Amino acid sequence: MDKDDRNTRQAAAPALEMTGAQMVIRALKDQGVTYIFGYPGGAVLPIYDALFAASDIVHVLVRHEQGAVHAAEGYARSTGKPGVVLVTSGPGATNAVTGITDALMDSIPLVVLTGQVATHLIGNDAFQEADTIGITRPCTKHNWLVKDIDDLARILHEAFQIAVSGRPGPVVVDIPKDVQFKKRPYVGPAAVAHRTYRPPTEPKPGVIEKAVALMAEARRPVFYTGGGIVNAGPAASAGLRELVELTGFPITSTLMGLGAYPASGPNWLGMLGMHGTYEANNAMHDCDVMICLGARFDDRVTGRTDAFSPGSKKIHLDIDASQINKNIRVDLPIVADAGKAIAAMVRVWKARKYAANGAALKQWWAQIGRWRAKRCLDYKPSSAVIKPQYAIDRLYEMTRGRDVYITTEVGQHQMWAAQRFKFEAPNRWMTSGGLGTMGYGLPAAVGVQLAHPESLVIDIAGEASVQMTMQEIGTAVQYDLPVKIFILNNRYMGMVRQWQQLLHGSRYSHSYSETLPDFVKLAEAFGAAGFVAERPDELDAKIAEMIAVDKPVLFDCRVDQKENCYPMIPSGAPHNEMILSDAEDEAAELGEAGKMLV
Amino acid sequence: MQQNNRTERHTIAVLADNEAGVLARVVGLFSGRGYNIESLTVAEVDPARHTSRITIVTSGTPEVLEQIRAQLGRLVPVHRVVDWSIDKPGIEREMALVKVAGAGEKRVEALRMADAFRARPVDTTHTSFVFEITGSPSKLDSFIDLMRPLGLVEVSRTGVAAISRGPEAM
Repeated sequence: MDKDDRNTRQAAAPALEMTGAQMVIRALKDQGVTYIFGYPGGAVLPIYDALFAASDIVHVLVRHEQGAVHAAEGYARSTGKPGVVLVTSGPGATNAVTGITDALMDSIPLVVLTGQVATHLIGNDAFQEADTIGITRPCTKHNWLVKDIDDLARILHEAFQIAVSGRPGPVVVDIPKDVQFKKRPYVGPAAVAHRTYRPPTEPKPGVIEKAVALMAEARRPVFYTGGGIVNAGPAASAGLRELVELTGFPITSTLMGLGAYPASGPNWLGMLGMHGTYEANNAMHDCDVMICLGARFDDRVTGRTDAFSPGSKKIHLDIDASQINKNIRVDLPIVADAGKAIAAMVRVWKARKYAANGAALKQWWAQIGRWRAKRCLDYKPSSAVIKPQYAIDRLYEMTRGRDVYITTEVGQHQMWAAQRFKFEAPNRWMTSGGLGTMGYGLPAAVGVQLAHPESLVIDIAGEASVQMTMQEIGTAVQYDLPVKIFILNNRYMGMVRQWQQLLHGSRYSHSYSETLPDFVKLAEAFGAAGFVAERPDELDAKIAEMIAVDKPVLFDCRVDQKENCYPMIPSGAPHNEMILSDAEDEAAELGEAGKMLV
Repeated sequence: MQQNNRTERHTIAVLADNEAGVLARVVGLFSGRGYNIESLTVAEVDPARHTSRITIVTSGTPEVLEQIRAQLGRLVPVHRVVDWSIDKPGIEREMALVKVAGAGEKRVEALRMADAFRARPVDTTHTSFVFEITGSPSKLDSFIDLMRPLGLVEVSRTGVAAISRGPEAM
């Protein structure tokens, strides 16, 4: 049904009366929702009852509400559409809070519907009552408690509008049980628009011209791009590729922006930041013009802010004005949608027949070549034990050319995946960047696989992280989602162990797993398939088997327990003081100031 | 970032939808991000359009104040944010009720001071006055300081209300 058709229908039947619960389902359909992730409970029973009769919405029953939110995030991140979650009041809502906060930090559009106790019970400490609006106020883009059935349809439509527009983010609609039972005429989305919320998306006149003029004069430029490009849609990524090709400038990206520019592209420097490449971080430090597109100068990226890229003019494009000058003062802010601003940059560059400073750029690329020659991602190979870097490299090679989506948990494995797995397109890489949520990857993979049933969806995991939301393998089995959970098992919370080694005198306080489940048996107990690989020479064959199995897989890849993730900017250090290997870190001074940071 | 450690005091007006929780959003933003609130005044100003006006006096470095304005502007129910200390010249007024108790010379002196400040007694007993005083926050500060040795018992202040000079709205 196209939009016009829908409008006509609404016009023909304007006073379609229904219960609040039916309104929820109808609004979801009208918003084009096909999947919702949820868990029933007392305060959402009327909505689940309405769902029982709904044929064109697929409800995915998770095993824990946190899993529902991460699955919705994976769905949203891989499709560009908002993810929808339905949970009950009290513990249902509080369990969802980690996922909601994760979505806020990474700008993922979600609509989270929570049940609430009946309006006359609110404030009475009723059974399964929690102040969901109060709890989620700081971790949502916006939230609503719907006390009046007359507001319900409008708020549901506004919720979708706000979640996806401007800088995307999660919203919560808290619906008391009595409101779900009340009857009113339904209002369709065409009749609803938020009274005032209109985030600007067009760049201010003149600002793009200034930016492009600055770029054309640059002698040592660098593009520093982020998740904002991915959020702005595929056209923004296409525009970025054209802009990079036009200018010939080098480009690096944050963790969240991987894939917007292809890793195989000639101008690609690799990821920047704490575990970014030597060439990317040095280019950031030494550049004279920095073009930041859809990134937010996060502390993982900047390192020590007073020593961050000291000699550069900075252009900062962000759709959220509050990101401008937040961590780093910039010279030229552009508050606009990344796709529109990048397209305008391309237009202006071509129209004014700008050309980059060829001689200076050549020298700059020669300097970058010398940094690249450090081969900062190299590691000491082993034929006795599987090096985690080797495992990622093999996984990449064995899945190359396939239609692959990667999710991760949080820690060393995540950084190795970001450094080594080469992403050629946006929306292929789902990871918890801002909040750093262990347990994100498995449920996110469930959401991704649901949206892309024919694709190969792999969660690159750690054995500690994956145990945080392990139960969602049951969801994968129930819905025939053949996600591959590729666990780099070093028995340590690897990143914690690495920091304890570098900053806390190798005192490995509670970061070693004395006991671990037998992941093969665990997989079998869930109805999934389990594999274990212990030697480098068996890895390829096992990965091939994993890919061939048409079920969810837990792959227990036993890796070197003491491997550290390098290169690394120790916290409190500037970009040009990276540790490249274990040999260097012994000499490196990690002062008290660095210890204060996380 | 070139940190400017000079702390400034600014008065910021926020026009917002008068919906449930809007004040909690503003206050939560300040506490969550570690900003100061020196005073805060809020009331519905347009019942027909359900808009509220929140006037906040805050202090911070120019960088922090820039963030405060941007963060306020990003709240969904907020329509406009104006910093009277930057965007346009404004008039600030605050009202206080000041209770002073005492007898004899001090009582006479309190009444004389109040007259000089154009503070009006709104409650009078044989042993006390309640004065109503309106003016800039610093005028109120001075008056309260002067009342202290004359038997100051209690102060209630409204916080600042601010508006721009000239014919235009904010």
